Amino acid sequence: MFKLEKRPEQSQKWIYLSPFLAVLITMISGGILFATLGENPFEAIRIIFWDPLFDPSFASYSRPQLLVKAGPLILIAIGLSFGFKAGVWNIGAEGQYILGAIFGASVALAFYPMESKLIFPLMIIAGALGGFLWGLIPALLKAKLNTNEILVSLMLVYVAESILASVSQGLLKNPDGYGFPGSRNLQNYASAANVEIIANSGMHWGVLFAFITVIFSYIILTKHIQGFNIQLTGQAPRASKFAGVNPTANIVFCLGISGALAGLAGMFEVSGPSGQITIEFNSGYGFTAIIVAFLGRLHPIGIFLSGLLIALTYIGGELAQLMLGLPGASIQLFQGMLLFFLLATDLFANYKVKIGANK
Amino acid sequence: MDFSSINPALLIASLMVSATPILLAAIGEAVVEKSGVLNLGVEGMMIVGAVVGFIVAVNTDTPLLGFVCAAIISGIFSIIFGILTQYLKSNQVATGLGLTLVGLGLSALLGRPYEGMKSPTLKALEIPFFSDIPVLGKMLFSHDLMIYFSIFLVTLVWWFLKYTHAGMVLRAVGENHDAAHALGYKVVLVRMLAIMFGGATSGLGGAYISLARVPQWTEGMTAGAGWIALAIVVFASWRPWRVLFGAYIFGGVTVLQLNLQAAGASIPVEYLSMSPYLITIVVLVIISSRGNQGAPASLGRPFHASS
Repeated sequence: MFKLEKRPEQSQKWIYLSPFLAVLITMISGGILFATLGENPFEAIRIIFWDPLFDPSFASYSRPQLLVKAGPLILIAIGLSFGFKAGVWNIGAEGQYILGAIFGASVALAFYPMESKLIFPLMIIAGALGGFLWGLIPALLKAKLNTNEILVSLMLVYVAESILASVSQGLLKNPDGYGFPGSRNLQNYASAANVEIIANSGMHWGVLFAFITVIFSYIILTKHIQGFNIQLTGQAPRASKFAGVNPTANIVFCLGISGALAGLAGMFEVSGPSGQITIEFNSGYGFTAIIVAFLGRLHPIGIFLSGLLIALTYIGGELAQLMLGLPGASIQLFQGMLLFFLLATDLFANYKVKIGANK
Repeated sequence: MDFSSINPALLIASLMVSATPILLAAIGEAVVEKSGVLNLGVEGMMIVGAVVGFIVAVNTDTPLLGFVCAAIISGIFSIIFGILTQYLKSNQVATGLGLTLVGLGLSALLGRPYEGMKSPTLKALEIPFFSDIPVLGKMLFSHDLMIYFSIFLVTLVWWFLKYTHAGMVLRAVGENHDAAHALGYKVVLVRMLAIMFGGATSGLGGAYISLARVPQWTEGMTAGAGWIALAIVVFASWRPWRVLFGAYIFGGVTVLQLNLQAAGASIPVEYLSMSPYLITIVVLVIISSRGNQGAPASLGRPFHASS
């Protein structure tokens, strides 16, 4: 049998190695899954991970999609990583994403059809504010009344979905939409459209924001006192109290910033790739971002890379749906498996595994 | 608006139907948490139970077999969580979330061919004599087997935790796993069994949604019931009878909300449908502001026997 010995410190080697190992195991077991679904596993894996980037007939469409999908995932996951490091579990990013989109779109629709350079920046502020306020609810309840932030933030996702359904059929409904639910398409409104900065690259303002956020969060986590406070609170809650970390400020910071970033992601989505507020506007980025954050080891650069990888599985999954008729849900399962294997391989970072050792 | 269409006797009967999935999941999770483990995968285990129960019931035309298989498969599904957290020492919050995400994906994959079908449902068991009592009979004594079973399960869990040696060991493990380990109790084994029990009851709860409450299969049909079950465990201060009470209150709110929608209340539908979630938040706030009395002391903490 094998025996576990706790390492005095996490193994740096395994922290970096385990995501790769997890991806490898996921590919193997994903292959087995596809084989049981009656597909050629090698072909399925190639279609998901290779063809979107390198197949000449798909790459021209798929490559830009990589950034379009990775942008919101990275933006949300960076925000979540602050809280996860501090032991503050925001799992309601999906709701904050929706609120950000609603706030951003509301600003745009309020000014419609006026054209001004100021509208888009205002929308950015509104989007961040919407997500921030939605994240502030669990934050204040947690800080002041010690209410479980996991459950509150999650319940607020369902509330946000109801609000979304309400505004897309009422308040924000397109008056020229022949009675169909959904807002005006912001892509057709020059001042509010989140356009590609470089044509046909998928690089819209939201992706740029995501990249900037990666750099900023790297600086905050490594150079700023707040980054230190967050890590200290997560690793040694008692020590952090003695060190004078204000727990309320810490919780509000973690949930507030992740809410604001998720709100931004929603705003950039509604003004860009999606274009309008509809009942089915949200597509689960807020939940998938949890996987992105963990796969990226809660580290900004790691999240950047894992965001790209998970975005690839989205696009590859769509392609596999098209080419092989694989159900869309199999990709969701694939992503979930990745998280499982990552958590499992984490064992090697925290423990030494001795095989056949002493009794 | 016509409130006279809301019949109180039927309201209570449908309240019990609406509360049962959450009750089943919550009573299992209460046992899991009593053993010191926080499994956030309830939603995932429920939806797996819902799809498995549905598939088995449709193919065999035997709803009861659907429930049995749902409990078994969800119990097995929860072992993934058990192995990861208990043997591989992974973070319980992250692993539970992963279980939910995988469960949602897996169920969507399995259930796709069954989308839109109707399932056979459990027949109501008219309890002789009692079901003939006017009003009360229809209200309390004309339900299907699972409703009675869920109440029986609450009784069983209450008795087990309070009066049996095994129940005491389970509580000891949840309160202080190091001390329990020092006394020679098998902490990991106790927790694995608790996790599997929680998985099985969550599976039953999920199957009750797809086989009795709705009864058909749609992707993501548990719609947060698992999370509400988690909230109810907190609300109940980890006590079985309060879990029952909490689940029924919640069922009452849900049913009332649906009845108001049907009666054409002047409140917009979206506000009514968000009300169960808002009320859950309010209840959580009230409970937590009084301090979480009764939380097992080792809840969510990883256990590693160093000797």
